[in-house]
Amino acid sequence: MKYSIRKYVSKTFIYIFLGLWAVAVLFPFYWMVLTSVKEYGAYNAEYVPKFFTAAPTLENYAAAFSGVPLARYFLNTVIFTAATTGLMMLVIIPAAFAFARLEFKGRDAVFALFLSLMMIPTELVVITNFVTITDWNMRNSYLGLILPSVTSVFYIYLLKENFGMIPDELYKAAKVDGTSDLKYLCRIMIPIAMPTIVTIIILKVIECWNSYVWPRLITDDSRYFLVSNGIQELRENGMGRENIPAMMAAVVAISVPLIILFLIFRNKVMEGVSRGGTKG
Amino acid sequence: MKVVLDGLTKRFPNRNKKEAGEVVAVDHFTFEIPDGKLIGLLGPSGCGKSTTLNLISGLEEATEGRVFFGDHDVTKLPPEERGVGLVFQNYALYPHMTVEENIIFPLTNLKGSARLSREEMHKRAVQTASLVQLDGLLERKPKELSGGQQQRVAIARALIKTPEVLLLDEPLSNLDARLRLQTREEIRRIQRETGITTIFVTHDQDEAMSISDMIIVMKAGVIQQIGKPQEVYDNPVNLFVAQFLGTPAINVFNAKVKDGGLWIGNDRVLDAEGVPDMEVYAAIRPEGFVVDPEGPMHCGMDRLEVMGRDTSIVSVNDAMTGKSIRSIVPAESVPDADAAEVRFSLKPNKVFMFDAKTEERVGAVR
Amino acid sequence: MKKNDLKGWLYLLPAILFLGIFMVYPLIDVCIYSIEENFNFASQSFTGYGLHNFRYVLSDPYFVQALKNTFIIVVITVPLSTGFALLLSLALSSIRPLKNAFQTIYFLPYVTNTLAVGLVFMILFKKTDYTDGLVNLLINRFGGASVDFIDGPYWAKIFVMCFYTIWVVLPFKVLILTSALASVNQEYYKAAKVDGAGAGRIFVKITLPMISPTVFYLIITGFIGAFKAYSDEVALFGTDLNAAGMNTIVGYVYDMLYGNSGGYPSYAAAAALILFAIVFTITYINLRISKKTVSYN
Repeated sequence: MKYSIRKYVSKTFIYIFLGLWAVAVLFPFYWMVLTSVKEYGAYNAEYVPKFFTAAPTLENYAAAFSGVPLARYFLNTVIFTAATTGLMMLVIIPAAFAFARLEFKGRDAVFALFLSLMMIPTELVVITNFVTITDWNMRNSYLGLILPSVTSVFYIYLLKENFGMIPDELYKAAKVDGTSDLKYLCRIMIPIAMPTIVTIIILKVIECWNSYVWPRLITDDSRYFLVSNGIQELRENGMGRENIPAMMAAVVAISVPLIILFLIFRNKVMEGVSRGGTKG
Repeated sequence: MKVVLDGLTKRFPNRNKKEAGEVVAVDHFTFEIPDGKLIGLLGPSGCGKSTTLNLISGLEEATEGRVFFGDHDVTKLPPEERGVGLVFQNYALYPHMTVEENIIFPLTNLKGSARLSREEMHKRAVQTASLVQLDGLLERKPKELSGGQQQRVAIARALIKTPEVLLLDEPLSNLDARLRLQTREEIRRIQRETGITTIFVTHDQDEAMSISDMIIVMKAGVIQQIGKPQEVYDNPVNLFVAQFLGTPAINVFNAKVKDGGLWIGNDRVLDAEGVPDMEVYAAIRPEGFVVDPEGPMHCGMDRLEVMGRDTSIVSVNDAMTGKSIRSIVPAESVPDADAAEVRFSLKPNKVFMFDAKTEERVGAVR
Repeated sequence: MKKNDLKGWLYLLPAILFLGIFMVYPLIDVCIYSIEENFNFASQSFTGYGLHNFRYVLSDPYFVQALKNTFIIVVITVPLSTGFALLLSLALSSIRPLKNAFQTIYFLPYVTNTLAVGLVFMILFKKTDYTDGLVNLLINRFGGASVDFIDGPYWAKIFVMCFYTIWVVLPFKVLILTSALASVNQEYYKAAKVDGAGAGRIFVKITLPMISPTVFYLIITGFIGAFKAYSDEVALFGTDLNAAGMNTIVGYVYDMLYGNSGGYPSYAAAAALILFAIVFTITYINLRISKKTVSYN
């Protein structure tokens, strides 16, 4: 009897602890949604902010999309994300295949070199890349945004490991049947490694959607802003510092796609991050 | 299609780069496999069996020597032009494809005029599936099949392009004991029906003996003996072959030939006339022992193990190289388990002598 | 065999090309930049080679401020976030109902745009003419005086910065630690319970050693990540971090490169190399310590 009471008490404490942090995590989200549906006048009149609103309105969303070219930022981000992710797959899949499956002179040496590149922080190379892209006259262009981030040594490594787990016999069987290397890659390896490829795509999409530093360096023309830069622009210059509800509407709008993606692919995302992700 | 290997040799560079030299995986292989036979390639793991198979299939390039299919020299041909079917221990099925897609995959690689229509491929798939008794399973995914069924899919995939030679690399090792028996009968049946020359690699001598027309025993890249299974069992050319074939394993004793007799310890167990005096290994098959109170061979009694029809007597002798002697005798001649000693006489045709130095077979006992 | 060699390189070609242009070449280039003295971006000219850039950066008050801020972030957020993540993960792994829901909620910050949520934090913490902000109202209720966390005193800004940083990095740590805890063989716990070990003893003697490689991994990646802090600060304090006194080393690098104070790639390169040297040293020390203390099995 005593034992079970103690257990009950400790369980309650654990749930309270977990619940408190859940509130701490969710509250900013709640606040941004709440603020985004408060009427502009009503919001500014609240010295003590209210925790709910009796008259939710969508006019802030209209204001957000008309006050700054938010739709344009969205489109840019979608193009940037899709193109970067797509191009990256085209680059890393053949590379991972070459490392995992093909045998050629110098392979192991190049692989060791690639691995050592994993230690190099992007902050170190961004300076020259900035100069390179400027020299190529690619500032304020999609190519300039995309090109420096279409290769990731880490994802090559992750995919190579995954390709490596596919038994040799499958390759031998395919060889005996006269399958070309390219066909083997497309018909056998990619389908088998699909879970990992999807993981990489999801991680890359998250990374692209939230990228801020490089786009900020390389674009100063708002026609090429991504959502992150758009938010920052909004905060510093856009629609007046006072229109916080509209600002929150924009914040909600750019946060929602990834949250939806996450809720749909919850397990894939979490599994992918725990296998291959880092912070941000 | 007969298969001829002529001085086939494969050397690998040493994995450990500090050590000089090369590893010889297959050393001057020469033999001829008659058309339509099932050959068991037998040896302990790492003896070069699989390399031999890879050389025949063309997955690996020979360092020396040649491979002929019929009169056709295929040594330099890539695997897809040799017309071989290959089946692996772990089946190597493509997990994301259905059984039918797996089976017709080799056909999808054909180019130009050899290319078949979808219907033709489907027809061939159905035919081949029926040959290996996979009817009705064509829509399944490999992971929905049992091990035995998966292996039959692999065989069907190897057979669909009607290969000249079928190569099976440890095809039964991943199956449990009951399925292994079943599947090996199945392989035998399919081979008989199709008449395709088949080479079957295994480390399990039981398997090789039971279904092969002929076995090749290998050790460290070198052929030890070729022959019909029973012949090799009855007449091993060296100690290795004698030890490798037969379960329970053959009993090996330190022995000597003296004055025309074979001596194990202080017992003169058999006549060995015409053999010069020398140190030998005497190897006795478990079924070569006959319980005989007057028998010449004295052993210390350890225990009896009843195995149904037969009984296994476990006994000890100082000259025995292993731990204990295992002999198999009919149930009716079982001695008293509590006795301190058991005496045997030996069947001469189950006793082999090998030179203690070279381990080659010497003379004969009577 | 020759043909195979060529094919292998062909498959690697795109990766090598991109890495060569955007990774290897910049790496060499950044070192050259850092020793080119008085580099002029407009005329692409410089006066000679030397360590002047490093001397300049190290004596620049903005850099010193950035260095100080970065170290504060590292020293405060890495231990706190790792410890707190460990507590949360332990609590998570001891419950069954609602576990998935909690895990999903805790992970949300990982998939949201840090600049976007930073804006929300700013609103919650900022004191304006219209309102003191929610956090200040909470402080008022407990009898404290309002503070402007965004434009106010240094300690308040440091507080909100560290709080936000921890909020952002926790999802990753909780996720990794929860899966590490889940992979500890349950039989160890059963055995320990049968042996009569208490909860605290089980944690110290079994759980902690078992997950120590993961904890060290998190500490190492945490250090690296914290040293590269930048976006979170921009989210809270705006792009002009120098004016706010909240710049970080990475922020300093970017400011030297671009924007109103930009156009000095040599100074940026020197600062980036100093950062890399610090990160490299700390990581090396971390690895040495972990090799000595972490028990693998």
